[in-house]
This record gives sequence, structure tokens and C-alpha cells, in this order.
Amino acid sequence: MKYQSQKVALYYFAGALALFVAQVLFGTILGTVVVKPNFLADLVPFNILRMIHTNALIVWLLMGFFGAAYYLIPEETESELHSTGLAILQFWLFLFGAAAAVVGYLFGIHEGREFLEQPLWIKLAIVVVALMFLYNITMTVLKGRKTAITNVLLLGMWGIAVFFLFSLYNPNNLVLDKMFWWWVVHLWVEGVWELVMASILAFLLIKLTGVDREVVEKWLYVIISMTLFTGILGTGHHYYWIGTPSYWQWIGSIFSTLEVLPFFAMVVFSFYMVWKGGRDHPNKAALLWSLGCATFAFFGAGVWGFLHTLAPINYYTHGTQVTAAHGHLAFYGAYVMLNIAIMTYAFPLLLKREPYNQTLNMWGFWITSSGVAFMTFALTFAGVVQTHLQRVLGMNFMEVQDQLGLFYWLRLGAGLVTLIGVVIIVYALVVPGAAKQTSGVGYQPAE
Amino acid sequence: MSETLTKAAARNIFYGGTAFFFVVFVALTAHSVTKANAIAAANPVTPSVAAGKHIWERHACVDCHSLIGEGAYYAPELGNVWVRFGGKEDAAGAREALKAWMKGQPSGIEGRRQMPQFNLSESELDNLVDFLKWTSEIDTQNWPPKVSG
Repeated sequence: MKYQSQKVALYYFAGALALFVAQVLFGTILGTVVVKPNFLADLVPFNILRMIHTNALIVWLLMGFFGAAYYLIPEETESELHSTGLAILQFWLFLFGAAAAVVGYLFGIHEGREFLEQPLWIKLAIVVVALMFLYNITMTVLKGRKTAITNVLLLGMWGIAVFFLFSLYNPNNLVLDKMFWWWVVHLWVEGVWELVMASILAFLLIKLTGVDREVVEKWLYVIISMTLFTGILGTGHHYYWIGTPSYWQWIGSIFSTLEVLPFFAMVVFSFYMVWKGGRDHPNKAALLWSLGCATFAFFGAGVWGFLHTLAPINYYTHGTQVTAAHGHLAFYGAYVMLNIAIMTYAFPLLLKREPYNQTLNMWGFWITSSGVAFMTFALTFAGVVQTHLQRVLGMNFMEVQDQLGLFYWLRLGAGLVTLIGVVIIVYALVVPGAAKQTSGVGYQPAE
Repeated sequence: MSETLTKAAARNIFYGGTAFFFVVFVALTAHSVTKANAIAAANPVTPSVAAGKHIWERHACVDCHSLIGEGAYYAPELGNVWVRFGGKEDAAGAREALKAWMKGQPSGIEGRRQMPQFNLSESELDNLVDFLKWTSEIDTQNWPPKVSG
């Protein structure tokens, strides 16, 4: 850490980790309700639990992105943040908005579009928070060194804010509503969020592998080109059955299939850079999370996305547990692991603890990843059985659900393992390792 | 490739290509909007349908059910529930059955998934049924494959 203002990232990382635990805790409660439907039914219904689960995820990932940006932008631009005071104020406003939303949800105060359940005033507060953030980092970038990483990160962050504005548009015509709902949801997670992901990963690879910036930055542009060239029209895979024209079946199938390419490129590129770079960076855990992120994103977003993206297949699988399986692995791989990667890298530097033993953090990696992977397998099997029974044989929904009990129990077990893993990760990040690494042999100063 | 493609070239390809694909996407979206408007012209979104949509949202129905495959997958698909309840053959009967179903929740049966009681008025229930009926008439390219949803 070279710049004092980078420390504001700690606020965001701490807030993100607290919400991460809440998100996974609510996930395991939901998993329990699925197998024991009367659990909590009179107290908090499923829909409220679910909106807390999904909203907490979105908010903590965004909070992590903000923290990552505040951490890496001073280093990239080689200048202090425009205003640390504004960054701290932005954090508290964002945290307050998130807390108010959750409390409101528990009392039944919410709107009702999936993932966009926040009441209008909270949506507007989010816009204000985003503007504070964008002003702060844009001013910082303008006065400092401009790199491909800051350009791409800035573009991604501006995109997040711009496309969020579509959440304010809610027409009475359900077809229009659904079309533009995807302008937030798809253009976020399969568009601008991937820019944020690629730029943070590029930053980590430069730091961890020591590969020349020119090489990494060129490939950053190549990979995000593939991302957006395929991902923008890939929105079409959500326009198959919602009242939109049938040509989307061709466009969506072709372009969303190609969406796998940038994820594959990220895996190949990350591993190649590590192999080629040859730097023995002491923060092994950060490298593990970075490579894990590329790999799990490829499987979760790429392979599990492709599994049901072709229109003739999606016709049968749309809206089954196959979608749930893909959603869990994709978010974990692409965005959860990315956040934990940058935190694992930044925490020791921010807290002046490096280099230290991160064995516990790596245990967290393996336990959580195993949990999420097993959960994905259980949901995938559930989805395949459901697709056959409900969409091919035409059995009714609840009868089919009764057939899926075993898979839901397995999913709950995997969820509990995930929860344990997450607690380990958070503990390992926040509490300094007991056994400090003593060997300084071959250690080059980490950037 | 490392010699032929420079960073500046890669950057220009990125910005140019992204702008191109975004323009294509906007154009196709604009065309699709005309189709969405045509759907509403042929089958108007009446004040009751619009009210029903807001009731659907106010109670976050989508966080248990799915509507044309989107939502949570905890409770049945409702995009075609009107058809499933026989609305095409007997509209009055389907309406009464849907309303009775919603009034009868929660079942309280041990081991069954529980739908909360939302205490909707008679007219709100009618709005909601109108919205579900309207939704079932959207041209979904014959999705879902079975009436089971």
C-alpha cells in the first residue's frame, strides 16, 4: 500500500464481508425451508427470505467492487483519491440504504420485481451513492496516470450506474417490463460487471505474477472485446419466450454460446501469465483465489450457462432448477471469488500484516468452493429430473417437487458446508494469522 | 499475434466493436418494442390489468412463483395459470377457482409449501386474475411446452 487514501477500501471490505455472511446465512435458511416448508412459514415467508438473500448478494458484491476500486485506483493512477471523506460518507449511506431495505423487507415494505425489490427511495439513494462514487474515482483518474485497467474499471462502473437507471422504468405492459428489466440484470452481470471483473483480475495478475503491464493490458482489451461483442446481443437468450420476436432465438443462441469464449480466454490467460511470470509472490492465497475465480467463472458462467442457453433446450429448461444451479455457480465463480481475491490480496497490505501465513484462508477457499460446487451438482440433477417430469411428461409442479426431495437435502448439506467455509474465509481475512511467515528468502517486495 | 496486435489497436477494436454491437442491440430492441406495443394494442392493458400487475408486485409474488419462467422456482409457474385452470373453456369458472385458491391460503398442511394469506379484496382479486389472464395471452412462442407450466 503506497497511498493513505487506499485505506477507505477497508470500510467497504468490512461491510461486504458482513453482508456476505448474511447472504449465505439466509441462503441456508431458504434451503431449509425448501425441505421443511413449515419452518418459519408463519414468521417470514419464502419470498421475503429470498429477496434478502439475493439483495444481500448484489449489495455486498457492489460494495466489494467499490472497495476494490478505492484500493486499486490510487495505485494505478499514482495519486491519492480525490476525497476520502466523500468515500467514507458514501459507504455509510450505502450501508444505511442496505440495512433500511432489509428491515423494510422484514416488515413487508418492498416493490415486487425480482432483484429490484428496493422501494423507490432506496433506488434513488443507490443512484446518489453511485454518483458520489463515480465523481470520486473519475476525478482521481482524471488527475492521475491513465491505464487500461482504470479505463476499463471506470467504464464498467459507469455502465453499472447507467443501466441501473432502467430499474426506475416499470411499464404496465409486462412484455416491455421484462425486456427492460433485463437491461439492468443481464447488461449488469453479463456485461458491465464483467468489465469490472476483468480489470480487477488484470490488476491482480500484474501484481501477483510480475508479467509486463503492456502484455496484460492488451489481453485485457482482447478479452473484454469478446465479452461485450458476445454479451450484448447475448441478452437475446432472455428474449426467447417473453413476447419478443422469434428472431431472438437465433441471435440469443448464437451470441450467448459465444459468451463462453471470454471466460475460456480468461482461464487460459490467467494460468499462462502465472506460468510465464514466474514471480514467487508471498501471497499464495490471493493467487489461488484469482486463478479460482477465472476457473469457476468459466464453469459457472460459461459451461453451466451454455448448458441451457440454446433456444431448443431452453424451451424445456427455462425456469427450472437448472437455472438455479447456473446462477449459484456463476455468481460464486465470477464475482464472489473475485471479491475475495482482491480482499485476500489487499487486506495484508492495508493492515500491514504481510507476509503472513494464509493457510486458513486457503482452507476457506477449498471448503467453500466444494460446497458451492456440490450445491450446483445437486441443483443440476434436480433441474434435469424436473425438466423431464414437468416439461416433457407434463406432471404438475408440486408433484414434481415432491420427487426432488433428495436433491434438496443434498443442496442443504452443501449449503451448510458453504456457510462454514464462508465463516472461515471471513475469519482468516479479518483476524491476523497466528504463525507469521518468517522466511524472507527469495522474497521480492510486493507491489 | 504479439507483434501484429498492439495495445492501442486492441483498445480501438474494443471501443469500436462495442459501439457497433450496442447499436445493433438498440435497433433490435426498438423493433421488439414495436412488437410489445402491438401485443398491447391487440389485447389492451386495461386499468384492471395494470392494477393487477401492481398487486402482483406489491406482494412480491415473483419471489416464490415464476412468471413466464422468470422468478423464484419455489411455487408454480403462473404465466399460464389461467389456461391451467381452464380459463379458455370456462372463464367464469376459472376466475372463481383462482380467487378461491388465493383466499384459501395458507393451507397449513404439514410438509406442504405455504402461500401466505394476502387479504386481498374482491376487486383486487379480480384485478390480479385479469393480469394473469392477460399474461397468458402473450405470444410466448408456445412456451411452456406443457400446460403444467
